[in-house]
Amino acid sequence: MSAFSLSQALAWIKAAAQSIDANAAHLSELDAAIGDGDHGANMARGMAAVTKKIDSAPPADLAALFKSVGMTLLSSVGGASGPLYGGFFLELGKQSAGKTELDAAGLAAVLGAGLGDIRRRGKAEPGDKTMVDALIPAIDALAAASDLAQGTAKAAETARAAATATAPMLARKGRASYLGERSIGHQDPGANSVALLFAALAQACA
Amino acid sequence: MKKLINAPEDVVREALEGMQAAHADRLRICFDPFYVVRKDATAKGKVALVSGGGSGHEPMHGGFVGYGMLDAACPGHVFTSPTPDQMYEAGKAANGGAGVLQIVKNYTGDVMNFDMAADMLRDEGIAVESVLTDDDVAVEDSLYTAGRRGVGLTVLMEKLLGAAAEKGMDLAGLKALGDRIRASGRSMGMALTPCTVPHLGKPSFELAENEMEVGIGIHGEPGRHRVPIAKADEVAAMLMEPVLSDLPFKAGESIILFVNGMGGTPLIELYIVYRKAAEIAAKHGLTVSRSLVGSYITSLEMAGTSVTALRCDDTLLGLWDAPVNTPALRWGV
Repeated sequence: MSAFSLSQALAWIKAAAQSIDANAAHLSELDAAIGDGDHGANMARGMAAVTKKIDSAPPADLAALFKSVGMTLLSSVGGASGPLYGGFFLELGKQSAGKTELDAAGLAAVLGAGLGDIRRRGKAEPGDKTMVDALIPAIDALAAASDLAQGTAKAAETARAAATATAPMLARKGRASYLGERSIGHQDPGANSVALLFAALAQACA
Repeated sequence: MKKLINAPEDVVREALEGMQAAHADRLRICFDPFYVVRKDATAKGKVALVSGGGSGHEPMHGGFVGYGMLDAACPGHVFTSPTPDQMYEAGKAANGGAGVLQIVKNYTGDVMNFDMAADMLRDEGIAVESVLTDDDVAVEDSLYTAGRRGVGLTVLMEKLLGAAAEKGMDLAGLKALGDRIRASGRSMGMALTPCTVPHLGKPSFELAENEMEVGIGIHGEPGRHRVPIAKADEVAAMLMEPVLSDLPFKAGESIILFVNGMGGTPLIELYIVYRKAAEIAAKHGLTVSRSLVGSYITSLEMAGTSVTALRCDDTLLGLWDAPVNTPALRWGV
């Protein structure tokens, strides 16, 4: 497949919602180890609200879809994940305004702008044991690809590996940072939800 | 999990319905989105105080809505920050034309959500300032963390700023006073048992019968140090000494001393802790001018305590003594 358009975007969001729902308990368990144990439940509640929203008011284009996803996550997730993922999708909406199709590089650029919003808001640096640690290499992998299907598959694989690789890191942002050394040895839950998001993206673009 | 609930997903809404029924004389509760607001509208020209945070810390914050304290509070899901739309609607509902002061505990999610809500309110032409609480000395390395957590000082902050707002202090004055209170108070907490978030159904961490967790937060997250269980006097010292040396409080100063229960510790034990905490304060040459003992900022059914010391002068003592009439804190009325 060469282009990412509204139908792939809808498939992505729906696959992501299913995957987050199926993995909610796992995400919450990861969060319970180094945070407060609600990441899975919060994300599942948010993605369920998103599914309901786009089913009841089908968006006309990419920008409308991403804006709707962002606004819904913002008002339903709470915690830090709400503004971070909500802001991410709102930025995707702004960046895809007026566009009907994105190639691998175009999609990587749009996602990169979303990552920029997350970094502005959360102020996380690479290596702080956050979702940023999965987002950066995944988007880089997609940007380096010429083919959308291969690029998103590579991005998904990279995000999964990057999420796993957060385990030895010392948390420096969010509630996990209060644990200090005791955060070492546990994977970051946010990096794991990012990995699920990219796996869903690859599935939608296959 | 043994809890007096009907269903985990209904906990926050049903508790709010109960609050509405119990305090219909003074509170109005909006259910879409969730917020608690004073039934008597904010007086024209009075700054509206709006706070909020995850549920599970009751009576904070909804129980502090009323005369002399908060104008509105936004409850999130259990231990989860509320969302910007709640804070925006609560701010609009509470605004009396003199602006909105947000009281925000320093947690990544709370800060980001309140920031977004402040932007939304400013877009509507409403003046907004925010005061942060970050009084938890258990967070030692604030350079490499999300910063110190807002804990017990939040209760004192809401009482004192509420009294000042009631006396007609403007938004800039309240912001400055809040920043001064923020810089003058410190807290630390501990837990004897963990707590269980309803939708998780199991304790957030494990503690053996002979262990306790020192430097605990208020979200069932583990603390900094796990140590063998100790007697109340030793626990009071373990909490008071880091609190007093951090600011530092100096001999001759006057303080408000607050011994808080985490939700599962009876008042009889809190008074045993207070007894020693006050003795330690006196040993440091401090005058305990006012005190508060009870469970005001809790962590569900967690057993444990926290101590908060706030350096105060006659201005703060006057604000402390001013009348307050809320479901959870009431005097002078």
